Amino acid sequence: MKLVVTVVGIDRVGIIARVATVLAENNVNIVSINQTILDGIFNMIMMCETEEPTALQKVQEALTVEGEQLGVQIKAQHADIFLSMHRVG
Amino acid sequence: MLSIENIIETNQMIRDNKLDVRTITMGISLLGCAASDGKTLCTRIYDHITKEAEHLVATGEAIAQEYGVPIINKRVAVTPISLVAAGSDLKSYVPVAEALDKAAKAVGVNFIGGFSALVSKGYTEGDHRLIASIPEALATTDLVCSSVGIGSTKAGINMDAVAEMGRIVKQTAELTADRDAFGCAKLVIFCNPVEDNPFMAGAFHGVTEGNTTISVGVSGPGVVKHALEAVRGRPFDEVAETIKRTAFKITRVGQLVAQEASRRLGKQFGIIDLSLAPTPAVGDSVAHVLEEMGITSCGAHGTTAALALLNDAVKKGGLMASSHVGGLSGAFIPVSEDKGMIDAVSVGSLSLDKLEAMTCVCSVGLDMIAVPGDTSAATISAIIADEAAIGMINNKTTAVRLIPVPGKTVGDMVEFGGLLGYCPIIEVSPFGAEEFIQRGGRIPAPIRSLTN
Repeated sequence: MKLVVTVVGIDRVGIIARVATVLAENNVNIVSINQTILDGIFNMIMMCETEEPTALQKVQEALTVEGEQLGVQIKAQHADIFLSMHRVG
Repeated sequence: MLSIENIIETNQMIRDNKLDVRTITMGISLLGCAASDGKTLCTRIYDHITKEAEHLVATGEAIAQEYGVPIINKRVAVTPISLVAAGSDLKSYVPVAEALDKAAKAVGVNFIGGFSALVSKGYTEGDHRLIASIPEALATTDLVCSSVGIGSTKAGINMDAVAEMGRIVKQTAELTADRDAFGCAKLVIFCNPVEDNPFMAGAFHGVTEGNTTISVGVSGPGVVKHALEAVRGRPFDEVAETIKRTAFKITRVGQLVAQEASRRLGKQFGIIDLSLAPTPAVGDSVAHVLEEMGITSCGAHGTTAALALLNDAVKKGGLMASSHVGGLSGAFIPVSEDKGMIDAVSVGSLSLDKLEAMTCVCSVGLDMIAVPGDTSAATISAIIADEAAIGMINNKTTAVRLIPVPGKTVGDMVEFGGLLGYCPIIEVSPFGAEEFIQRGGRIPAPIRSLTN
């Protein structure tokens, strides 16, 4: 299953490290990372993969908790919503 | 491979422009529930719905969570009850409505449609009993929606039924007077009703449908408005093109959700309904899309042309995004459910006459319109007849969902709550049509019905 993780919030030390740790703990592999700081706001999009079909819900819950601690918004979504909308065929 | 822009765009649509899937509607055939004993009939109906729709709500919620897109409503539509109950010993079909209500609550859906009769050409005994039961059924249940088909392009208009429905609307209003005639918000009168409409209050599961199907209604007026902000002042060619592209994207989300829900529930995928469905929330208004095109306030001259373009472009864009398109598929203009329409009525730019003109070029008809409580049954029937005539001649679905609010008059505000919204009472013509409605009989099918 392909996942897209988006993180938005005030920049601080260790966001990538802690999000990556949660993903690793849930056996989710990071395929690519795109990250930038826009007007002091941290923006990151991660393309991820997992073999476990039930992983998404667990990852979502763990990332929500982590996001609250970091003070950023973290969203994990099944990649099909983006693929359906932006790819024909 | 996805680009970063794609991901940001989708999430912006969901977060800022209120992109959602408006409804997953499970259509359930109740034809197998028929029984001569009324109690047995009601038990069978309850058991069948609760078995078929047991996992509907949980599945909808799981899909919404995984894809990160809200799915606002989960609903059930059933075979018109006038058919299901026709062979029973019940004199009133209120107990059937109560069974439907109980089943809907048990499975957790927020509306159940199909307390319906189709009488375009004539009545059966079951149709008579169903229609007579509507006011009490809508007053005593919470989630049951009712619809009656009183005409079609093929059959003409049953003017006896038109006259009766005027009285039924009034009775329903009186029985729910303590809730601003809320019962009328759950009653739709159709010309050319469709059998696979997933939207309430007019949804029912037609007899040409299979056992159980999953249909999805999309939404997204806020997304269309946002897209049009980028082409301000540009020619209509670009406006149409922008709407088409946006409608395609919106519909792809609906198709994904429908396929996934159908697969997980093990039920046949029915259709995607391409309707742009507004809500009373800010930023989710069809009227605001029209205003974005350059109309000062919805209802001003030019509104009908703007709506015609919008309606057509939504269909063209959505069509290729889904394997099966059906239902009503067009822009909805329910007054109380659309912030821009509510404001337009309040400032006086939108009248009942203009709304009637708008229904010629969009899906459905005079929808969620509050009228003075002293509007006569004959006037309501005459409004239904006008709307049915538009549908019959133009070979399209038209509907009337009017709410004559007892004790209220032009300018008073009515609050229905939730997605049904709120609106000021709108003026109806003070000139009557009693003799016209008293005639009864049938308006013959038009020449365009002879297409063979």
